[in-house]
Amino acid sequence: MKRTALDQVALEVRGLYKSFEGINVLSGVNFTVNRGEVVALLGDNGAGKSTLVQCLAGLTQPDKGKIQVGQIERALCSPSASYQAGIAVVHQDLALVQGLSVVENLFLNREILHQHRMLRLLGWLDKKAMARQAKKLLQRLGMPLININAPVNTLSGGQKQAVAIIRAVYAGAEIIVMDEPTAALGAEQCARLVTLIRLLSSQGIAIILISHNLQQVDTLCDRAVILFQGQSVADVAIDEVSQAQLLGYMNGIELDIAQAS
Amino acid sequence: MLSKLNRQTFIYYACTSAMLIFILSLSGSAFFSAANLLNILLQTAPVAVMAIGLSFALSVGYIDLSIGAIVVICGMAAAFLLPLYGLPVAVVFALSLGVCIGAINGYLCERFALPPLIVTLGMLGVLTGFARKISDLQSIPIIHTHFITLFGHGSVLGVPIFLLWLAGLVMIAALIMTQTRFGRHLFAVGVSSSLAHQMGLNVSRVRMIAMSLCGGFCAFAGLLYAARMQSAKYTIGESDLMVAIAAVIIGGCSLLGGKVNIFAVVLGVWLLGCINNALIFSGFSSNEQMMVKGGILIVAVTITTRAQKS
Repeated sequence: MKRTALDQVALEVRGLYKSFEGINVLSGVNFTVNRGEVVALLGDNGAGKSTLVQCLAGLTQPDKGKIQVGQIERALCSPSASYQAGIAVVHQDLALVQGLSVVENLFLNREILHQHRMLRLLGWLDKKAMARQAKKLLQRLGMPLININAPVNTLSGGQKQAVAIIRAVYAGAEIIVMDEPTAALGAEQCARLVTLIRLLSSQGIAIILISHNLQQVDTLCDRAVILFQGQSVADVAIDEVSQAQLLGYMNGIELDIAQAS
Repeated sequence: MLSKLNRQTFIYYACTSAMLIFILSLSGSAFFSAANLLNILLQTAPVAVMAIGLSFALSVGYIDLSIGAIVVICGMAAAFLLPLYGLPVAVVFALSLGVCIGAINGYLCERFALPPLIVTLGMLGVLTGFARKISDLQSIPIIHTHFITLFGHGSVLGVPIFLLWLAGLVMIAALIMTQTRFGRHLFAVGVSSSLAHQMGLNVSRVRMIAMSLCGGFCAFAGLLYAARMQSAKYTIGESDLMVAIAAVIIGGCSLLGGKVNIFAVVLGVWLLGCINNALIFSGFSSNEQMMVKGGILIVAVTITTRAQKS
């Protein structure tokens, strides 16, 4: 392990099954993620990654199996239930409301209301407090250069990604699932995102990273959970395996060896 | 807030103003008298209030075709109730009726996942038929002087009360859209309902409230019309739907939802009012005026849709 993870389980997924029209997409997914850990979720196309993410996001319900957040079993029956459970999914592209500004996106559905009781009742926004909070949040997470009043469609891909992640942090997420966060980013933006991910994990937030970039998985993640044909076939510490082995798992080649050991 | 008008809106203003100038060159200078300009403001005030209401529906990507019928039915409700129960009851009832009709529209769309175009078209039929039935195709006179002064012909310090109501409603709508949590949610739902849902917003509720607000504002427009004309008739508001939709689109909102600038919407109503007035001065008949308004609506939608695609 690259750093000592807090040995508290943040997320536990046990025996997850899901089929669509008779086709088994998930057929037995098990894994745990500890607090402050960065876990890669690997698998070839069609291995069931997106379905698993949808289950965690509350967009689909598994047929069978349980999802525990902390020590509590949760039925993630809607996106808001998932958010309330402390799971935030940062989708690849569909993460922010275009046309709203950074601060408006950061606080969407978690707006700070005015102090005054009457205005509060009317849903009056406290824009100053939100601007202050947003600046503080961006500062703390190493993104002070983002203009909080700019519409999000004027930001770069990396900044958008960062805003989406920071939004999740502000919402009090304990577990952040990132779906291909660096796929559309340049090298420098990638580096910044990596710093952000490290910072979050050092603050005890568990991160599940879905990525095709094994190089990145190697430098960033503590563990890798590999899905193959809807099953979690391996759960390995990144330090103990080579990239070739990871590829082997993803293609089902190393399966027998793993089961034998 | 006016500085936030987008470029597209300016193009509209430029186009419509150019058109206005063209028509004016045909008509001469009578248009520019202060009395005429004030007259335009007064005439368009109820439509402006309807357009403000419609802005709420359009900003969540919905539409309300029944706004004209809501105006009629609420005006009639007020006309019927005024002699029986007095001013407060009539006004409160008429406004609540508008909100309720809007809420029913919204509820039907959400509960049964129906397209708002069809639901509100049906509502238009139901309400119009009902209004014709209860009024027996007659105009219902209003003789309640307080009502007429308060909503139509009174003035405060020389400013017509009609314009004060309009200004007040514009402010309320603008504050709801820019200063409240609901305003933010409105735009989020309008831009992407699936994303709003993912972020945990109650999309159905936001849409239903938007439709109710639309109904409420149209009810108010009904009161203004009734007080101004001192009567309620089933033909009022019939041709206003087209103007209201065109104004909201000129105000920068596409039919697919998104940000609306209320001030731009009201400016749009005024511009259309000016064009209409200039057409009258130039000797165009009401049929021809209607054709021009319809043409403007189509052009406005075309420009907005093209701008969104690019």
